[in-house]
Amino acid sequence: MTGSICVFAEQWRGSISEATYEALALGREVADALGVQLTAILTGSNARELAQTLGAADLVVYVDHPLLAETLPQPTAEALAQVLQDRRPRAFIVPLTNVSLGVGTLLALRLGTAGINFCKDVRIAGGRLQAVCVMYGGKIEATVEAAGEPVVLGLWPGARPAEKGRSSRSPVVEEATVSLRDSPVLLRRYVEAEAGDVDLTKQDVLVAVGRGIQSKDNLGLAEDLAKSLGGAVAGSRPVIDQGWLPLSRQVGKSGLSVKPKLYVALGISGAPEHVEGMKDSALIVAVNSDPRAPIFNVAHYGIVADVLETIPVLTAAIEAKRAVARHA
Amino acid sequence: MRILVLMKMAPDVVEELEIAPGGTALDLDYVRMILSESDDHALEQALLLKERHGATVTALALDAPEVDDALFTALAKGADRAVKIAGLDAGFPTSQAARAMSQAIAQVPGLSPADLILTGVQAIDDLDGLIAPMVAHALDLPYLGIVTRLSLDASGRTALATKEYPGGVRGEFEVKLPAVLGIQAAEKPPRYVPVAKVRAAMKTQKIDSAPASLPADGGCAAAQVVEMKRNEPAGHAEMLDGDPESVSDKLCGILTGHGLL
Amino acid sequence: MGACSVTLETLPRFPEGKELLTCLQCGVCSGTCPYGDVMEYPPRRMIAMMRAGLQEKVYTSDSLLACVACYACQVKCPRGIRLTEALLPLMKEQALTHLPELPGELQKALQSTLRYGNPMGEPSRKRAAWVKTAGVPIRILAEDPRPADVLWFVECYTSFYPRGQDNSRATARLFHRLGIDFAILGNEEKCAGECGRLTWEPGLFETLMDYNMAIFQKYRFDRVVTSCPHAHNAFKNRYPALGFNWGLEHTTPFLAQHLDRLKPLLTRKLNYTVTYHDSCCLGRQNEFYEPPRRLLKAIPGLKTVEMVHNRGNSICCGGGGGGMWLDTYFKAKGYERLSERRVKEAVATGADVLAVSCPYEVSRFEDALKVVGYDKRIVVRDVTELLAEAMEE
Repeated sequence: MTGSICVFAEQWRGSISEATYEALALGREVADALGVQLTAILTGSNARELAQTLGAADLVVYVDHPLLAETLPQPTAEALAQVLQDRRPRAFIVPLTNVSLGVGTLLALRLGTAGINFCKDVRIAGGRLQAVCVMYGGKIEATVEAAGEPVVLGLWPGARPAEKGRSSRSPVVEEATVSLRDSPVLLRRYVEAEAGDVDLTKQDVLVAVGRGIQSKDNLGLAEDLAKSLGGAVAGSRPVIDQGWLPLSRQVGKSGLSVKPKLYVALGISGAPEHVEGMKDSALIVAVNSDPRAPIFNVAHYGIVADVLETIPVLTAAIEAKRAVARHA
Repeated sequence: MRILVLMKMAPDVVEELEIAPGGTALDLDYVRMILSESDDHALEQALLLKERHGATVTALALDAPEVDDALFTALAKGADRAVKIAGLDAGFPTSQAARAMSQAIAQVPGLSPADLILTGVQAIDDLDGLIAPMVAHALDLPYLGIVTRLSLDASGRTALATKEYPGGVRGEFEVKLPAVLGIQAAEKPPRYVPVAKVRAAMKTQKIDSAPASLPADGGCAAAQVVEMKRNEPAGHAEMLDGDPESVSDKLCGILTGHGLL
Repeated sequence: MGACSVTLETLPRFPEGKELLTCLQCGVCSGTCPYGDVMEYPPRRMIAMMRAGLQEKVYTSDSLLACVACYACQVKCPRGIRLTEALLPLMKEQALTHLPELPGELQKALQSTLRYGNPMGEPSRKRAAWVKTAGVPIRILAEDPRPADVLWFVECYTSFYPRGQDNSRATARLFHRLGIDFAILGNEEKCAGECGRLTWEPGLFETLMDYNMAIFQKYRFDRVVTSCPHAHNAFKNRYPALGFNWGLEHTTPFLAQHLDRLKPLLTRKLNYTVTYHDSCCLGRQNEFYEPPRRLLKAIPGLKTVEMVHNRGNSICCGGGGGGMWLDTYFKAKGYERLSERRVKEAVATGADVLAVSCPYEVSRFEDALKVVGYDKRIVVRDVTELLAEAMEE
């Protein structure tokens, strides 16, 4: 494991996250380019069988402890630090998700090493690792080097397709033991998402609205467009926070991850938090008045326009097209 | 109950961002700073707890352009005390901010012991880590992030914190106090404070100033920006130009091509 | 601060307060108020409650939120009580701190106006970005501080909103063709703040007044011409307390003064039937009823028709007094939007064009037309846009 590229296999409620496979895909590329091993560390409680799904790695180290069941940042970082104490990788990649947020920062502190947040890619320049980071709400891209190694990299979801990080190979699995002090943070219970509303993850078409929709009243425009396309309306965090749409309609890091056939982003700037939840959609169309909006980086087709002006015209055009199709 | 709110100014992305000559940092003479959005929520959550349980709320911030406005606004909203840590070089990284805050909490009279330390879950410039876990590590306190709801038990020794998970799932946690929590969103949007009240706070209240004192060892190894550039649209999106009608027609054609119409 | 030293507590010591005691409780104000029927405390009852010492109840209710500062009550009051100018803003100032929760849209607008100088939260450094699309040279004082005859105070919607920029481009072309020596403040300009004052926030208004006065004093010019009736209102009635002593015009009456020279330039025939909407600030507050109509009639081929409610009886677009940022709130309460009421009247005249002189109205009426499904029957144009169109070769 020393000298390897290492990925934190993020486990939550009995499964490995998509972001982990994305990190493995990137880790595999980097490890191969450097000619070193790709390792993964999986923490959990009675979660050993999940190690079998991490075949993209050459070696999986599994750490079992009751306090590691929920991937709480402090016990998890403590466990990782103990595992890495005598076998230091060159880089340790932690997915930046709600499950493991804070783990990377704490681990870097425990190891006395550099942490680099907000990475979307890793490059090798003259044998050194460089992280490509998306900062300031997606407006700036920075290339960052750590003064020393190991470097702990927080990786945005979406760096690579998760598919590339899955493998049918069986990895070598080692078990490591750690000793942890009692956690002062304890899970009492999980509260499931409110049911009864549309299940966004099952929709073929989603029309998503962001701050650019300006007011709750304009939601009707998005609903009409969604109806014409046979889909449902979703929203980015600001729209949900305003109470314009229920929580069950939130797409993004704190909401749902969706992969519809068509995702229409209306007045959504494309902050990484949102992009995380929709980047895997088959076809993405974005309408935004700001030509520099980061949503255009992820969209397949972009329109720079006032959303409120564009939506009704687009709805009418689609309805006309459908009417023609029906009569043909 | 004593609540400490850690506040950090971050570049305001509503305004243009300029990169400084040298190409490795923002042009800080040009960039405008604004209170990090989630820190504003942390303050609101502290004020809600104060109203519910009775508490003193102290806002602790690092000196930066426009930070006085943010601190006087905090006082006008109901914070009991505002403390500013001065003397850090402009453009300090988050790790240094966290060290300066941790030191100030230990050394500035009246800041410790605090029962609860709240700060924003993450700022848009937290390149080398997050404030909340860093401060929790330095002070050896419990930490939980992405908190969206918070209540205290009768004894004031335990907090019940709700953390957001993917898929709309919420986790409810018992957290032993004192603790450091990263607030994602307060239970209510941050309150409005009339400008006249902020102006009055500027006249009648004061911000305590304390010098930054950083440990000589400098903490953990630094992350070095070697290049910074605007995130130009990478050209992934094919842009459709024209008036709304012609753009709509083009898009209908594309959707038809994808079998979506 | 002289301008805003009157508070609700000190009101009885000022002439405005004494006026209050003369209220006859006739109820004309409540009857003429466009939202009088939905307010728990319409204006007459507000005054009654104040005199009974029960004003607390008024400003914890949401009645004041429904005041769109349209001056209808003020102009009809038989005792001349200055409700819109004096009493209602003072009560709103109290309501701001007493209301259990300020509607989010309004809160955001106030915060953005403080921080970015415009209620939309657009970048302050892009305020003058429209200038390069104007097609005529526009001098920005920060870049070229020579004295100017006219300081054109462009204002927010006309700087940032695409349809508002149409108004600015038209104005720039008209000024240019008329040979007016004009310049603008560009990115140094911030909202004049009138809606801040009429929308609960005297502190915000004072901050903006202090700021704009300091900028004005940097340059030399003879008069201020503004595209926004709300800014005009602020400069006319409030800024003088801080030393504003330049000439002042709103664009529409200003252009009407140049009608002799403008008329020969209006060569293109516009075969439109136009109905003109009197904005509250320009109309009821300043009685500029005829200048916009004279301008319209100067356009060859153009016919004008009047709506049922015109001039002093005009119906507010609903955007004043903060209404611009309460549409969601009104909708949630089930109130009819005033802009919808107004466009129905406009459509009933059979006109092709609804002409306006206030930058709020273009977006409000265009939106209302879409909502009521009349957007194919009539278009909304600023008077300056029509003039510029008629001027083209």
